[in-house]
Amino acid sequence: MTPFTQLRAIAAPIPLANVDTDMLAPAAFLKTVSRQGLGRALFHAARFNASGAERPEFPLNREPWRHARILVSLENFGCGSSREHAPWALLDFGIRCVIAVSFADIFYSNCCKNGILPIALERQVVDQLLVDAADAKTAELAIDLQQQTITRSNGEIVPFVIDSQRRARLLSGADDISETLAHSAAIASYEERVRADTPWLATTPLLAWRDA
Amino acid sequence: MSARTLYDKVWDAHAIADLGGGEWLLYIDRHFLYEVTSPQAFEGLRAAGRKVRRPDLTLAVADHNVPTENRGGGLAAIRDSDSRTQVATLERNAAEFGLPYAALTSARHGIVHVIGPEQGLTLPGATIVCGDSHTSTHGAFGALAFGIGTSEAEHVLATQTLIQKRSKTMLIRIDGELGLGVSAKDIILHIIGVIGAGGGNGHVIEYAGSAIDALDMAGRMTICNMSIEAGARAGMIAPDEKAFAWLEGRPCAPRGSAFDRAKAHWRELRSDAGAVYDRVVEIDAAQIAPMVTWGTSPEAVTTISGVTPDPEAESDPARRARVASMLRYMGLAPGQPLSGLPVDVVFIGSCTNSRIEDLRAAAAVAKGRRVAEKVRALVVPGSAAVKAQGEQEGLDLVFRDAGFEWRDAGCSMCLGLNPDRLAPGERCASTSNRNFEGRQGPGGRTHLVSPAMAAAAAIAGRLVDVRSFLA
Ligand code: SF4
Repeated sequence: MTPFTQLRAIAAPIPLANVDTDMLAPAAFLKTVSRQGLGRALFHAARFNASGAERPEFPLNREPWRHARILVSLENFGCGSSREHAPWALLDFGIRCVIAVSFADIFYSNCCKNGILPIALERQVVDQLLVDAADAKTAELAIDLQQQTITRSNGEIVPFVIDSQRRARLLSGADDISETLAHSAAIASYEERVRADTPWLATTPLLAWRDA
Repeated sequence: MSARTLYDKVWDAHAIADLGGGEWLLYIDRHFLYEVTSPQAFEGLRAAGRKVRRPDLTLAVADHNVPTENRGGGLAAIRDSDSRTQVATLERNAAEFGLPYAALTSARHGIVHVIGPEQGLTLPGATIVCGDSHTSTHGAFGALAFGIGTSEAEHVLATQTLIQKRSKTMLIRIDGELGLGVSAKDIILHIIGVIGAGGGNGHVIEYAGSAIDALDMAGRMTICNMSIEAGARAGMIAPDEKAFAWLEGRPCAPRGSAFDRAKAHWRELRSDAGAVYDRVVEIDAAQIAPMVTWGTSPEAVTTISGVTPDPEAESDPARRARVASMLRYMGLAPGQPLSGLPVDVVFIGSCTNSRIEDLRAAAAVAKGRRVAEKVRALVVPGSAAVKAQGEQEGLDLVFRDAGFEWRDAGCSMCLGLNPDRLAPGERCASTSNRNFEGRQGPGGRTHLVSPAMAAAAAIAGRLVDVRSFLA
């Protein structure tokens, strides 16, 4: 995963609550077997008309927001399905940071796994950033994950909170799986204990199935 | 030890290493995979040269992309080439990594959240994950079950664990008796209406109370299934004798004395007296009416005798715009009654409402009646086993005689990934779980309802109070 340290970029306003994963990555785009190339899926119904042409009124179709690398939105961003296609679509479009009032849990964790920084802020602060983002002159924000700050175009600094573990992983771009594999002994001894204490959980007869 | 909730007990039994900062390594007992969210996980394993740690705890099945007609034709009968590729990729990955696979033509095939319990893979006290948010379904048995992303699925495949933080807990108590024609689906739609689509964010919900105790296992699964529509990480219900009886004899459940030993353990899986929750919500079952959604979020819900809201009544500008845009998308006016709204399509199916009990409830309404002219009505059993059971009970005939289509198992019209989908502008009474824009097909308009309400809508050709059919 690409580490996230600092980002200075255009923020695009998406002043909606409950932006769901079907908006971020509609079902029609889920038939891919790859992580790449989902940028066109992002907000597809809102960005393109039925014949595939851009809808000029949608922010991501306008200058300078078509180069946005930050989104600003409202409550419960990323609600709905667990599809990681939603962060993949954001990433492929170029978005590395989403600022919102709140996030759906699975989406939040999917973002962190893909080097996208989710920042949750009070509604009042978000409303201010939405105003910034809506004006091309103030739409550029500078984000510093090390310092946990957002710097507005007028120089004002907005602090944000993210838990220390997630921050550390985003900063280093760590591979979770290799870190976990370092705990293999603990995993094996746990499995040993399950075999003794709750054997019904320890295995299944599935390998004896002959369906394939 | 202080009083613990059901969630605490399952969490504590699976948290195997403290990673600091509130993060733990959580052991996963069962991992389900399907064709849409898994290809990239296998690609990741291959790229890193990793194996699957515990194939015996893993089950793969293709359900989202599969057509619900001509199942006997198997893979070759999937006409859409992208869909066929995805299913073929799952088959290949299962074979390459040595994973159990429920083939399309197998008697064990079905929607992943229907077959997990059906096969006895879902057990009380287990941790269960799948790259699908409706994994919360399995919590009906007292399992801790939640949806994960593809990167997390890869993590589970490689390590049989996940990195997790403990969730907050919410108790939703529903006491009292449900009225005639009111089902588990109405309970959960009512709850989402009360706490909102983000009301459960960060929480695991435990459902309890006499109305939950009175529900059959299918109803409990319906409720836990839609926990995610309230934003909750998972939903759980303490397992009782009804749950144990349901599981006994299932292919992958323990047998004989092993079952008795398990049962003794499972009886401890309930929240202790005095256990503290971060939030408690109390609901009177007698107040719940048949529900129907009017917008494009499950929280946009009212009773069948209700009307759509007026955006002008919203003081918050963002909410006002949202209500207005939902009404526009749904082709509805402010203050419009839901009852009487003509429907084009009726869909009875999905992991929310495709179990035999759901089909029986719909059949009871459909029996001896006719689907209204011009309405296309689909009944899609959740699994091959549900389909076979339905046919044994003659439900297929009840539905067919009434003019419903009787299909093969799959996700079908729950989402627009397979041939069953809405055309733009079509209005559908659906027993599925999500009414997002375009969910059932681009431009499609979804009204979420219970199976009995869906059947009644099919007969009447419009949204209607099912109670008028039952009196
Ligand atoms: S039936 Fe619908 S919600 Fe359930 S697993 Fe399939 S697509 Fe997802």
